[in-house]
Amino acid sequence: MPDTTSRIAFTDGNTKFDKNGVQFIIGPYDDYALARAVELKEQSGGSITALNVGEAETEPTIRKALAIGADDAVRINAFPTDALFVAKQIEAVAKEGNYDLILMGRESIDFNGGQVHSMVGELLGIPSVSPVMTLDVDGTSAKITREIEGGKEHMELPLPFVAGCQEPIAEWKIPNMRGIMSARTKPLEVKEPTGDAPNTTVNSFELPPAKGGVKLVEPDNMDELVNLLKNEAKVI
Amino acid sequence: MAALAFIETDEGKVKKSSLEAVSYAHATSGDVVAIVFGTVTNLDSVGAAGASKVLHVQDEKLASPNIMAYSSAIAEAMNQEGADLLVLAKSSLGDPVSARVSIKVDAALAANVSELPDTSAGYTVKKSIYTGKAFALTSLEGSKKIISIKKNAIAIKEDGGAAEVVAFSPAINDGDFTVVTTKTEKAEGDILLPEADLVVSGGRGLKGPENWGMIEELAKALGAATGCSKPVSDMDWRPHHEHVGQTGIKVSPSLYIAVGISGAIQHLAGVNSSKYILVINKDSEAPFFKAADYGVVGDAFEVVPKLTEAIKKAQG
Repeated sequence: MPDTTSRIAFTDGNTKFDKNGVQFIIGPYDDYALARAVELKEQSGGSITALNVGEAETEPTIRKALAIGADDAVRINAFPTDALFVAKQIEAVAKEGNYDLILMGRESIDFNGGQVHSMVGELLGIPSVSPVMTLDVDGTSAKITREIEGGKEHMELPLPFVAGCQEPIAEWKIPNMRGIMSARTKPLEVKEPTGDAPNTTVNSFELPPAKGGVKLVEPDNMDELVNLLKNEAKVI
Repeated sequence: MAALAFIETDEGKVKKSSLEAVSYAHATSGDVVAIVFGTVTNLDSVGAAGASKVLHVQDEKLASPNIMAYSSAIAEAMNQEGADLLVLAKSSLGDPVSARVSIKVDAALAANVSELPDTSAGYTVKKSIYTGKAFALTSLEGSKKIISIKKNAIAIKEDGGAAEVVAFSPAINDGDFTVVTTKTEKAEGDILLPEADLVVSGGRGLKGPENWGMIEELAKALGAATGCSKPVSDMDWRPHHEHVGQTGIKVSPSLYIAVGISGAIQHLAGVNSSKYILVINKDSEAPFFKAADYGVVGDAFEVVPKLTEAIKKAQG
């Protein structure tokens, strides 16, 4: 994902994301998912596979996931065109791997769809929960809390399942030197995508119109501010 | 083209965002059927927003939200009604349900849609992406489509009539009930932040949770929801479900009032879909002023109570 502070711009007649000067990172929500996976492994053992659908340029980011604590990694060698395409790739890897938990971010910070986890759950015929704020595993079942509008739900469910994660599920982890060194030699397998075509296509991008500039009101003139909100903006 | 609209409720009332979904469906497809679960007090609003029929699910097992069971029921309803379009509001329930239904009925899914579609050649929607910093014009292939709409983006047209309410009893699959909700914690009676038309948010400039009274007073005078910045929720001054920003709630109200929030780019990402932004901050260099429509450079502890008084005065 582009770093959260990136300037968003497009090239080629607004059909391509402008990568110029943009730093790519593990998505912040995905970073929470990875951090929780590392914590669960520290508590009860097991192994972590990091999975990315992306072209070769994503490998430094995958190495960072390995440095943080994943044991091995798989890169599906394809541009992630839409949520269904990504979900199908995860389904294919999950079917081979017999995983107890499939963790990912609640949404990407580029397309913000929040769909992939639930598509994967449905494709595999297992539960999906998102956005997950806490996740604790006890043997073959788990307790989670899920954020809803204005509150949260506490849930219990059997493994395996798919979770879309968000704060405060875990503290983001910063790789240490030993992690960075060992990440260089951990296995990173590159696989070709399954053949399913996406069913949505981005034709072009648009930027929102620029703001006209701020209108300042003196602190002792709140009647004027109310007048502007009421009669100019017409919002109150 | 027949459309199904999924209606969400909050404390037994139809959510405003679900009426926006009905209005989207009504504007694009003549015939709109709505599906609603559990007890609802204002079902007539669904007809007014454009639905001609309401499928009312009253099975006790489906009375409270269940992602998998609701997805199965909605897929069954789409098949029964011959609907080739499902419209719902993007929400904590709408997201997983739309994704699971898209697999069940083999539909193309677009989330965060902010305008009515362009159907002059195919079916193209405008999606809000990069956390409100851009839009993607996206075409959907295939015969079935699912549209999850951005909140406060589609106008509710109350030009419909009374909808025919029909009982609907979907098949119950035991496999859909393996996730058990043991407890739901919810602030009752509050205006839901993601749905709100007016939002008042406070930041670190308020110095401590004990100073939130004036934010709540201002919100109450306006009928607004309250929000906060990430540091404020990280320090537990306010609950996480009030955190507005890149990794929190994204809001799109008519007016967003930011008090004592400097305007870090991650906070702006959560509010940049607001129609108008008012910033109150004592630091005239705060970056938030660059993203604002209206600003007051001054001490929040003086400005906010004065603003609340002025609003009350204007309301008479």
